[in-house]
Amino acid sequence: MTAKLYIDGREICASEGDVLIDVAADYGIHIPSLCYMRGRPCLGTCRVCSVVVNGSIMPACTARIADGMVVEVAQPEVADMRRALVEANFSEGNHNCPSCEKSGRCELQAVAYEVEMVVSRFPYRFAERERDQTARHIFLERDRCIFCQRCVEFIRDIDTGHKIFAIHGRGTHARIDIDVVLADRMPPEQVREAADICPVGCIIEKGRGYNDPIGKRKFETRSIRDRVLEGDKK
Amino acid sequence: MNHHAKDYILSHDLPRSAMDPAVMAKRDEKLHVAMIGLCGCWGCTLSFLDMDENLLRLLDRITITRSSFTDVKRIPRRAAIGFIEGGVANEENIETLVHYRENCDVLISVGACAVWGGVPAMRNLVPLEDCLREAYVDSPTRPLQQPPTIPYHEDIPKLTTKVYPLHEVVKIDYFIPGCPPDGQTIFKVLDDLVHGRDFSIPAHINRFD
Ligand code: SF4
Ligand code: SF4
Ligand code: SF4
Repeated sequence: MTAKLYIDGREICASEGDVLIDVAADYGIHIPSLCYMRGRPCLGTCRVCSVVVNGSIMPACTARIADGMVVEVAQPEVADMRRALVEANFSEGNHNCPSCEKSGRCELQAVAYEVEMVVSRFPYRFAERERDQTARHIFLERDRCIFCQRCVEFIRDIDTGHKIFAIHGRGTHARIDIDVVLADRMPPEQVREAADICPVGCIIEKGRGYNDPIGKRKFETRSIRDRVLEGDKK
Repeated sequence: MNHHAKDYILSHDLPRSAMDPAVMAKRDEKLHVAMIGLCGCWGCTLSFLDMDENLLRLLDRITITRSSFTDVKRIPRRAAIGFIEGGVANEENIETLVHYRENCDVLISVGACAVWGGVPAMRNLVPLEDCLREAYVDSPTRPLQQPPTIPYHEDIPKLTTKVYPLHEVVKIDYFIPGCPPDGQTIFKVLDDLVHGRDFSIPAHINRFD
């Protein structure tokens, strides 16, 4: 059923039950996100796509279109809240972009530019996070993990469907882990997929990095905003 | 820092030739802009130089005092806008930063080191003791004919336990990320402030590396 809704005062028609973040993108309204991937089940972990729906704040990836919905995306308070969520990731992990293999093709960095982040408002923690290089083709640079769970849900053993990645512990003890036996069975394309699906430079394909020169990297040739709005799966 | 009386000379205390009073008067009417470097690599200072001929457009409004352009070692008087490269990694950095804050109306962190600690802050992940031991005692490149020594002298500033972003030590008004930021980004911020426009670094010129 067709529903009529309002995003930032603009009247929009969409199908009831559709995902708000997708509908917004189809109408040229970019709502940044770090965990959501169009066409895949919503994870709802990063909260960076938070908007105001009928007066309450909720993530646009979990909100489904309903008739008469009133959505605020650009409202300064909620925009600042989204920026705070992005900033928190930089304080929580260690993000030394100048020495990161993912720089220029990193979604966290690209989204930070979109929300015009220049510094984190939270104290930088400099947390100690041990890296894991035991798998044959993958190493985990845990400093950069933002616990989006994309790898946990979407990268699975081809034969058994078992999860290869898992998050252990909670809060400051949370840690992304890899099942080395299953990881070593991953075909090269799946290794590449895991590295690409990770929005940051945590899942790194061994032997690959710094392939594109500065100025020619993914989000430098086309911004994350343009990619989302033009339907390029991130 | 402690200095023994009279065993050093500071360049800004040396006698110098008098400036033309008319030139000085004109300069005094302009906004004074300065830039200092703390714990950084001088890359951001080089980006400041990269503003190049763009700066000519601003020279009827500003004058540049202490900076990589002038080699002036002290701010001769209160500055309207102060840029800083590098984070805080030793006691001398703190002293310089606090003095600079007291003498600038607007203070701007320039580059990853100033904004969050940057490359020097990689030592925050290990205790200072281990860091010094690795650099001076266990270092494979230390001079083998000498006993391993961690340099210590009252004239060598004491290291802080961790490396700090500037805004954790004094109030900072604006931040320009990048390692280093582009000269044109620094120019945009300067140009906006001089003309009373709001500070902004739009997505297409923002960068963290
Ligand atoms: S993961 Fe992204 S944000 Fe983090 S250091 Fe790498 S490029 Fe920077
Ligand atoms: S490793 Fe990457 S994909 Fe997996 S949870 Fe961490 S950030 Fe997300
Ligand atoms: S931010 Fe980068 S270029 Fe600037 S001082 Fe630090 S290391 Fe050097």
